[in-house]
Amino acid sequence: MNFFVEARTQILVSLGVYIILKILFAFHFVSEYIEQITIYSFIVIIASLGLNVIYGYTGQFSLGHAAFYGIGAYASAYFSRIFGIEHVYSFLPVLLLSGAIAGLTGYLIGIPILRLRDDFLAIATLGFGTLVRVFFDNSDRFAEVLGGSRGFVGIPRITNLETVCFVTLFLIIITRNMISSRYGLFWRCIKEDETASMSIGIDTAKMKLMAFAYGCFLAGIGGALYAHLYTFLHPSNFDVLKSIDFLIIVILGGMGSIMGTIYAGIIWVGFIEGLRIILPAAMLDLRWVFIPLLLIALMMWRPYGLITKGR
Amino acid sequence: MELLSYILQQLINGLQLGAVYALIALGYTMVYGVLRLINFAHGDIFMLGAFIAYYLITRLNIPIYLVFPITMLLTALAGYLMEKIAYKPLRNAPRISLLITAVGVSLFLEYFLGLNALFTSNYIGFPRPFRIETYDCSLFTITNVQVLIFLVTAASLILLYLLIYMTKQGKAMRAVSFDQEVASLMGINIDATISLTFIIGAALAGAGGILYGIAYPQINVFMGIMPGIKSFIAAVLGGIGIIHGAVLGGIIIGISEVFVSAFLSSTFRDGVIFFILLLVLLLKPSGIFGKRIDKV
Repeated sequence: MNFFVEARTQILVSLGVYIILKILFAFHFVSEYIEQITIYSFIVIIASLGLNVIYGYTGQFSLGHAAFYGIGAYASAYFSRIFGIEHVYSFLPVLLLSGAIAGLTGYLIGIPILRLRDDFLAIATLGFGTLVRVFFDNSDRFAEVLGGSRGFVGIPRITNLETVCFVTLFLIIITRNMISSRYGLFWRCIKEDETASMSIGIDTAKMKLMAFAYGCFLAGIGGALYAHLYTFLHPSNFDVLKSIDFLIIVILGGMGSIMGTIYAGIIWVGFIEGLRIILPAAMLDLRWVFIPLLLIALMMWRPYGLITKGR
Repeated sequence: MELLSYILQQLINGLQLGAVYALIALGYTMVYGVLRLINFAHGDIFMLGAFIAYYLITRLNIPIYLVFPITMLLTALAGYLMEKIAYKPLRNAPRISLLITAVGVSLFLEYFLGLNALFTSNYIGFPRPFRIETYDCSLFTITNVQVLIFLVTAASLILLYLLIYMTKQGKAMRAVSFDQEVASLMGINIDATISLTFIIGAALAGAGGILYGIAYPQINVFMGIMPGIKSFIAAVLGGIGIIHGAVLGGIIIGISEVFVSAFLSSTFRDGVIFFILLLVLLLKPSGIFGKRIDKV
C-alpha cells in the first residue's frame, strides 16, 4: 500500500496523461502515425531509463545498449510466435520474461566486461553490440522464424496506449525506488569514485553488475514493447546508431535524472519524427548532420546535460 | 599440396588486409598514447583519404605517385583541424566527454560527407590507377597491389620508428604519452606535440584509405566504420601505445578475418574479431607487447 501512496503524484500525473492521450486517440484528433510515435516515445523512455541507470547513475559507459533492446525485442517476438500470443494479458508474462532474458544476458556479459573502465568498457560493449547484430543477421540458421537478415515478420500487434502507460509508470516508480534505496546509493557512490566506494566496503563488482543487469532488463522490456508495436524487426534497427540514440537522450536529459530522461525521450522522438514530417525527403539526411554537432556542442558547454543543471 | 597452396594464398590475402589495418592502427595507437582517447573519427579520416584519392585520380587525372603525397597532406590537415576544433577545447574535460565527442565527430563526418551535394552515400567504384599484374610463385600468387601495400606499410613503420626514436619531436611525443604534466614542466610544447601526433596518424590513415581503395575497389562514406573499429582492436591486441604492437595486431586481425571468411563463413568474420577483442581485454588487457596492466 505504501508503494502506491508514495507514488501518488506519478500515478495521478500519468493518469492525466493517459486520459488526454486516450481522448486524442479515440476521437481521431491525431493521425495514426502520431499515435504510433507517441506510443513509441514511451518505449524510448523505458529503454533510455535503463541506460541512465547504467551510465547516468552508476557511471558505466555503454555503447551496446541497443543490443539488449534487440535481445528483448527478438526474445518477445519469438515467444509470441511460438506460443501464439495475441492478447495483452498473456503478453505481460512474455514481456517480463523477455526483459529477464535481456537482464540475464547483461548480467552474464557484465561479469567479464564490467571489470573494464571508461573507454575500454565502451569498446567492449560496442563489440558485444556488434556480436549481437551478427547473431541477428544469421539468426535464421538457428530458428527459421527469426528471419535473419530478411527481418522478423508477422509479430502480433499488442502494444497499445494502455500497456505502455501502465508499464512505463510501473517501471519509473520501481526505478525511482531502486535509486533511492541502499543499492541506488551504492551505485551513485561508484559513479563518484569507485576506489573510495570499495574502501568503505561497497562490493563494487556486484553493485555494478546489478545496475548493469537492471538497466539491460529495462532495455529488454522496451525492446519487447517495440517489437509488438511495429510488428517487424530488422537487425539494422539494433545497431550502434541506436545505442547512440539512447546515449544522446541520457546526456540531453542529464545524467542521473529520471525526469530529465522522460523529457529528453519525448523531445528526441518528437524532434526526429517531427523533422521527418517537416523536412522534404531529400533533406532528411541533414538530421544526422546536425545531431552529431548537437552532441559535440553539448559536450563542450553542458557535459552534464541540457535539461538538468548538473554540477 | 592443394590445401597448402590455398592456405598460403589466404595468408597473403590476410596480410594484404592486415597491412591496411596496421596503417590505421598506427594512428589509433599514437593518439591513444598521447591523449588517452579512442579517436572514433580516425576511421573516417581513412574514408576521407579514399575519397580524396578517388577525386584526384578521376577528376584531376593526377598520377598515382603524386596521389599519395597530396592525399596524405590533405588528410593530415583534416586530422589537425579535427583536433583543434573538437578535441582541444575538451583537454581538461572527463575522458568520457572526449569519447562522446569523438563519436559525434565520426557521425558528423559520415553524414556530412554523405550528403548528396558532396560524396553521396552510394557505393562508388574506385578507379584502377595502374594495371594489376599477378606474379606466380608456384605455391601462391601475389599481385603488384599487394606488393605496394606491404612496401607502404613497411616504409611507414620504419619512418615512424626513426621519427619517434631518433628525433626531438619523437622524444617529446614519448614524454607526453608518459606524463603530460611533467612533460610540460620540461618545456615541451604539449599542444604542438598532440597536433603532430594527429597529423602523422591522419596521414597514415589517408595512405591506408588509398591502398584500401585500390585493393577493394568500392568506396562509400561508411566504409571507415568497420576497418576503424577493427584497427582499434588491432591496436589493443598489440598493446595500445606501442608502435610495432599496432602493426602485429593489424596483421593478426587481417589474417584471422580472411581465414574465417575462407574456412567458416564471411558472415561470421566481424563476430570473430570482436570475440578476439573480448578475449584480449579479459586475459591480457595490456595486449601482446604491453607491460603495464594498471591502465585499463
